[in-house]
Amino acid sequence: MANKTAESISREEFFYGHKACAGCGGSLAVRAALKVLGPNAVSVLPAGCMSAVGFNFPQLCFSNNSIISTFAGTASMLTGVEAGLRARGIKEFTAVGFAGDGGTADIGIQALSGAIDRNDNIIYICYDNEAYMNTGIQKSGLTPFGAKTTTTPAGSNIHGNIRPKKNMFEIAAAHDIPYAATASVGYISDFIQKVQKASQIQGTKYIHVIAPCPTGWGVAPDETVDIAKEVVDCGLWYLAEYENGEFRLNHKPKEFTSVEAYLKKQGRFKHLTDDDIRIITASRDKKWEYIGKNFAL
Amino acid sequence: MKKFLSGNEAFAEGIRLARPQVISAYPITPQTIVVERLSEMVEDGSLKAEYVHVESEHSAMSCAIGASAAGARAFTATSSQGLLYMAECLYYASGGRFPIVMMNADRSTALPWNIYGDQRDSLSQLDSGWIQAYAENAQEALDLALMSYRIAEDKRVSTPFMANLDGFVLTHTYETVDIPEREQADRFLPPYETDNRIDLDAPKNMAFSAGPDTNYIFKYKEHEGVLAARQVITETEKEFAGIFGRKYTGLLESYRTDDAEYIIVTLGSIAGLCRETADKLRGEGIKAGVVRIRYMRPFPNEEIAAVLRNAKAYAVLEKDISFGNDGTVFTNVNSALKKAGVNVKGYNFIGGLGGRNISAADIEKIYSDIAKGTESVNFIGIGGGDNG
Amino acid sequence: MRPYIREKKSFTFDEVPENTSFEAGYLTTVNSGWRSIRPVVNTQKCVGCEQCYLYCPDGVISVKDGKAAIDYDFCKGCGICAKICRIGAIEMEAERK
Repeated sequence: MANKTAESISREEFFYGHKACAGCGGSLAVRAALKVLGPNAVSVLPAGCMSAVGFNFPQLCFSNNSIISTFAGTASMLTGVEAGLRARGIKEFTAVGFAGDGGTADIGIQALSGAIDRNDNIIYICYDNEAYMNTGIQKSGLTPFGAKTTTTPAGSNIHGNIRPKKNMFEIAAAHDIPYAATASVGYISDFIQKVQKASQIQGTKYIHVIAPCPTGWGVAPDETVDIAKEVVDCGLWYLAEYENGEFRLNHKPKEFTSVEAYLKKQGRFKHLTDDDIRIITASRDKKWEYIGKNFAL
Repeated sequence: MKKFLSGNEAFAEGIRLARPQVISAYPITPQTIVVERLSEMVEDGSLKAEYVHVESEHSAMSCAIGASAAGARAFTATSSQGLLYMAECLYYASGGRFPIVMMNADRSTALPWNIYGDQRDSLSQLDSGWIQAYAENAQEALDLALMSYRIAEDKRVSTPFMANLDGFVLTHTYETVDIPEREQADRFLPPYETDNRIDLDAPKNMAFSAGPDTNYIFKYKEHEGVLAARQVITETEKEFAGIFGRKYTGLLESYRTDDAEYIIVTLGSIAGLCRETADKLRGEGIKAGVVRIRYMRPFPNEEIAAVLRNAKAYAVLEKDISFGNDGTVFTNVNSALKKAGVNVKGYNFIGGLGGRNISAADIEKIYSDIAKGTESVNFIGIGGGDNG
Repeated sequence: MRPYIREKKSFTFDEVPENTSFEAGYLTTVNSGWRSIRPVVNTQKCVGCEQCYLYCPDGVISVKDGKAAIDYDFCKGCGICAKICRIGAIEMEAERK
C-alpha cells in the first residue's frame, strides 16, 4: 500500500536520537522538513528547544550540516550561510532555518524581516508551539488568548494570556515575500507539500507550522497530532498560502468542530470561562469572515 | 601607489586587498565611510564579494558568523552602540573560532549621547575573546586590515580580529597612504582554508552545546588560540616587512624608553602627541618615554614589564574608565607588572572621553605629575582621587 | 541512513575539537530508557500504509517487508503511532524492566 507522501520524501532520517520530549511536535516538523530537503539542507536553529535537544557534544543529532545561531539570529545567520556558500561557488544546497514562536515572532522578528526585505534565498520555518517551551512555558507573542503559561498564570483576576496571537503569516506576507504558508503537523502531507514547493522557489520562503508541545499544552504525548489537527478543524488555525501577491486558503472545514472541546482538552485552557470561550469563538468567526473576503479558495 | 586617504578609507583599501567574500554592512558614525567605500568597490567590480545590507549590528555579526561557518572570509565594521548591540555575537564568533575581521571606529558610548572618539566601546569587550589591535594612523590601519586576516586565520589562532581606529581623530583624518600592489597582497594573504566549516561531502554539526565535562576544554583551547597570536603577529609582521617594507613592532611600540625615567603608556592616535611631548621634555633634560600598546588582546604582559622595569614612574593615559575602579588599560598594565615582580609607581590618567581634546600641555602635566607623585586615578582637567 | 550510535563516547583533552564543529549525526546515547510503554506492531494487521512512519516525531519507524518496524533504541514511547494507526495494528504495552 503505497503512501504518496512517504514516497515523495527521503527515506533517510536527518534528525535522530534527539532528546526532545516524547510526542514533541517541533521535532516532527523539523524531521519532516529535512526529509523533504534532503542531505544538502544546511539547517540553522537558534538557541531553543530543537538546538537544546539536538546538539550536545558529543551527541549530535543532525546528519545534515546544521548549526546553532544566537536566539535572535536565525535569519541573519541563514543569510550569512547562504551568502558564504554561494561566494564559495557552491550551488546545490538549501539554507533552512527552524525557529520556535519566541525565536520568530519576538526576539528574531527583526532579523527575519531583514532577510525577507533582502529576499535572501532561504526557507524559514517557524515551528509554533505557542510559548517559550525550552525555558519552561512562558508567554510569547504567539501565545493565544487565554492560555495559561508560567508568566501568564490563570487566577480569578486574569485568566491567562490577555492578548491574541500575532499574525506572523500575514506579517511575512506584508513584506511581499515570494512564498509564505501556514501549516500544522496534524496535516503532515500538507506541510510536506509546502516545504517541497518552497524549495523550488527563488527568494525568501516563510512557513509557519503549528507544532504542539504536549508538556506546555497539557495534553498526553500521544495527542500531539490529534490536537494539531483539531486546531485546524475547529477553525482556530487555518492552512493557507501567500504567493504572487495573493492569499489562498488550502483547506476549508465544512463545519467547524467545537472550539470549547478543543480548548478544554488542554491543561493550559482548563480555567477558561464560558465568556472567555465566547471571546475566542467570536475572534475565530471574525478571522474567517476576513479570510472569506480576502483569500482565494 | 600613494593616495591621500582618511583612516576609514585606508582601512577599506586594505580590506579590498584582503578579498573578503562576504561583507555585512550597517552604518554607524564614525564608521559609515568604510561600508560606503566597500559598496563602491563591489559596484565597480574591484572587490568581488557578497555585500549584505543587514538590518542591525546584531545581524551584521550573525551574518558574518554564518558566512565564516560556510567557509567564506567575512568582514564587517561597527562602532560604539553598534558594537555593544552585537556584543552577544562577539562571544559567539570567538567561541566558534571564526576568524572574522571587524573594524571598530572607537567612539564614546551613551549616555549622554556622543558620537566622538573614546575607547570605552572596544575596551568594554576585552573579555569577548577577540584579538584587539589599536591603530595609530591611516597607514597602520590599512596594513592592519591586510595583516588581520593572516593572523586571525592562522590555524594556531583561529580567532576573530577587531581592528580599532580612534573615531574621527583617525577615521576622518587624511594622510598620505601607501597602497600595496594587488599581486603583493595576494602573495601575502592566501585564500581562506579551514575545516571549521559546513561541508556537503562530510556534514558537520556546528556551534553546539558542551556540558561541564568538556566546556572548559573548549574554553582553554580558545584561550590558547588568542595567546598563540603573540607568535603569529611577530611572524606576520616580519613577512609583511619583507614584502611591503614597512616594519611593525608586535604587541607594543616603545619610544625613547631605554633610559626613560618617566613613561606614558597609551594606545591609539594620541601616541603621536605623547612622543612629541617626550621629545620636547628630553630637550629640557627630562628623561621621558612613550609606550604605545598596539594589541590589548593578547596583552603584552612581558613586554610591558620589561619596558617599565627601570622607570621611576609611569602613567597610563587612556580614553576609558571602568566606573568604580580604574581605567581598564591601567588595570591590565598593573597586572602585568605585578606578575613580573616589577614595582614601579604607576598612575592612571583618564582623558579624551566623549572626544574631549587632550592637549600637549595636558601630556606635559602628566609627566610632571608622575615625577612628583599624584593621585592614583586622575581625570585630566578635573582632578584625581584614590579609588581605594 | 540515519545517525547511529558510535563506539567512542568520551573525549580526552586532545580529542576535544579545536572549534565547535564535529561530525554530523554522531550519537553516543540511546533514548530507550525514557519509555514506560512501548509500541508493538501486529504484523498480521499492519498494511504498511506508513502513516505511523510519517507522524513519528523521532523517526524511529521504518517499513520493512511492507510492515512497520520500530527502532526501540530511540523510541520514547509517545504513542502517536498507535493513535494514528487507523486499523489498530499498533498497541502500547507496558515496558518490562
